[in-house]
Amino acid sequence: MFYREAGDFKTSYADDSQTFPIRFDRLRYYAVIAVAFGVIPFFINDYWANAVFVPFLIYAIAALGLNILTGYCGQVSLGTGGFMAVGAYAVYKLMTAFPEVSILIHVLLAGGITAVVGVLFGLPSLRIKGFYLAVATLAAQFFLVWLFNKVPWFYNYSASGQISAPERTVLGHAVTGASTTAPAKYLFCLIILFALAWLARNLTRGTVGRKWMAIRDMDIAAEIIGVNPLTTKLSAFAISSFYIGVAGALFFSVYLGAVEVGEAFGIQKSFLILFMIIIGGLGSIFGSFAGAAFLVLLPVLLKNILVGHLGWATDLAAHVELMIVGALIVIFLIAEPHGMAQLWRLAKEKLRLWPFPH
Amino acid sequence: MKKTMTAMALALAVATPAMADLMVPNLSYRTGPYAPNGIPYADGFNDYFTLLNERDGGIGGEKVVVTECETAYNTEKGVECYEATKGDGALVYNPLSTGITYQLIPKVTADGITLYTPGYGRTSAANGKVFANVFNYPANYWDGASIIVKDILSQNGDNIQGKKIALVYHNSAYGKEPIRTLQELAKKHGFELVEIPVDHPGQEQKSQWLQIRRDKPDYVIMYGWGVMNAVAVQEAVNIRYPMDHFYGIWWSGSENDVLPVGDGANGYKMISFHGTGGDYPVYADLKAHVYDAGKAAGDGSNPGNVLYSRGMYAAMVISEAIRGAQAAAGHSNVTTAEVRDGFENLNLTEERLTELGLPGFAQPIASSCADHGGPGTAMIFQWDAGAKKWNQSSDWISADADVIDPLIAEDSAAFAAENNIAERCN
Repeated sequence: MFYREAGDFKTSYADDSQTFPIRFDRLRYYAVIAVAFGVIPFFINDYWANAVFVPFLIYAIAALGLNILTGYCGQVSLGTGGFMAVGAYAVYKLMTAFPEVSILIHVLLAGGITAVVGVLFGLPSLRIKGFYLAVATLAAQFFLVWLFNKVPWFYNYSASGQISAPERTVLGHAVTGASTTAPAKYLFCLIILFALAWLARNLTRGTVGRKWMAIRDMDIAAEIIGVNPLTTKLSAFAISSFYIGVAGALFFSVYLGAVEVGEAFGIQKSFLILFMIIIGGLGSIFGSFAGAAFLVLLPVLLKNILVGHLGWATDLAAHVELMIVGALIVIFLIAEPHGMAQLWRLAKEKLRLWPFPH
Repeated sequence: MKKTMTAMALALAVATPAMADLMVPNLSYRTGPYAPNGIPYADGFNDYFTLLNERDGGIGGEKVVVTECETAYNTEKGVECYEATKGDGALVYNPLSTGITYQLIPKVTADGITLYTPGYGRTSAANGKVFANVFNYPANYWDGASIIVKDILSQNGDNIQGKKIALVYHNSAYGKEPIRTLQELAKKHGFELVEIPVDHPGQEQKSQWLQIRRDKPDYVIMYGWGVMNAVAVQEAVNIRYPMDHFYGIWWSGSENDVLPVGDGANGYKMISFHGTGGDYPVYADLKAHVYDAGKAAGDGSNPGNVLYSRGMYAAMVISEAIRGAQAAAGHSNVTTAEVRDGFENLNLTEERLTELGLPGFAQPIASSCADHGGPGTAMIFQWDAGAKKWNQSSDWISADADVIDPLIAEDSAAFAAENNIAERCN
């Protein structure tokens, strides 16, 4: 009834090729943007920012990055944690070496550095595929974590090997350090996520994205029709690593403020982000958001219900929470092996016909 | 859809319990690879406050509300716990994790809340001139390293020139802390230091102990936590390393770490900044008011063990600081700022410890604006596998201040410069 194409006439090519061709979709999208930028910043407090929104936004960036590589280009990567660590240590070195420069520039530069490292570790992808490539990226994960643990230069020779984010500002507002306000933190991450998601959406709709998908679907066929596997795969690695590097930089500087590479960027982080895109949906921008939301918000929600409302013991609640999240993942994937994005797609298909299915 | 969303939003929003009288959150971990050590500590912490509430009606007539929050030794969950509890007027945090401590240091400083990290956390927080809201008395990691070396010295007629000492450490902020001190001590006393990292969680240490078997260090010092401890003790037994030459820092010396190894662990040494065992008079009160009343935390199997005693120690210091804050402020419902002052002016005497039912349990502490580090003393304990108990094998040993004080000054100055902190107390 509301969700329909009928009567929604396009009169130009630009209209025809827009991201959200259906009017209702478009309005919903504008509404989400309006709430995210115009409403939430006025109501957000420290708890909501630090425990809910900021981790969600940052994991969404990381999931977008991995989705570009794995979902769109078909290159399985288990090095996400390591690449996030590159972003985090790059931003740390930059923000301590050039304290007067805006942190936004540092975050983007950290993404750039991660892109270079990502391309380097992406080189094996030209010869190996699938599980073999996954193992090669696993090597990146372990090597990078080892490197940041081993070489004291990366953590400025601090006694404990911890890196801590000093206060840095954007346009006079602190976005890192302890005196950061909740809205500043939230908006900083939101703006970066918005820009990157917009970029990712348009990249994947254009030539670059189509090349990635051609390589993913069948690399030999793609090569025959003129897609250069070298540039295509390496561009996927570069752009994906850029996203992941930005996520790592924000994760360290804005969200946690102090990290230790083994604990924050270990192999479990790589798996967490891989699970996000698998549950959310491979090759889908919405899926990256849905997966990040599922794995970040659900544990917090369950904890608050079980401990805060039902008054369970914390250890019992923590164990039950693991079981519920695990069971939900299995149920979701049995119900829809292509992830939450596919569920959303199906729901939209049904909505088009509703309430007259015939 | 909308209804579930609203319900979810509500559930997230109403996460926090009602405003408490004296709110002391317990960021504990009862799950994950560090749970065997996190559980007794959390139980001791909770039981002591339960005792105060049941026996004395709280502190100065105000009930203490201990909200427990599970961190699983994970920094992200630690942040969530901090934010969830801070809005309720939390007075002091004790996260029992060096990683979480590093994160909370700037946050508590900005929020004016106290962070109390007995025997862990950031060592240079002992310098109150830089770290206004962080207290780590009675002893820190560097004190621990120095005390162990002192004990080794005393066994070798004060000469360990040319000896080889291996440090087996948890490859994290916590485990790396003592390296700088041990390097300085190696220079001073002329021993050779071998650094052997063990990655989280430390269930696999074959290669590390192979290296020890090959290098044959004269002494091994361990900075481990969680399952890593028991595995290391087992591996040491496997390579027949002499257990009385194997020292654990206070976090590597609990019953959980040696009991699984059985008789082989006999003679293993650890240092502690408080006594252990269930013989202190306070346990009579605990039994009457807490255990027998069915109010014990956890499964009630931990009273008297090392980590339970440590949790109780932390709770005791916190309660004494709050008591001091109440006396200084002249009212019982103290604020976070008053509690911070209470920590800064803490004067815990031996008489007071005796009054509390803990005679000889710990060293007296007299804190000041500049001194947040306490006396820096500890005792050596040795494991008796037959009797299944820790025997005290030394008197209180104090750390080598000549080595540690300059290191603390250097590290805290670096922190102050990085964060534009002006020195206080001048």
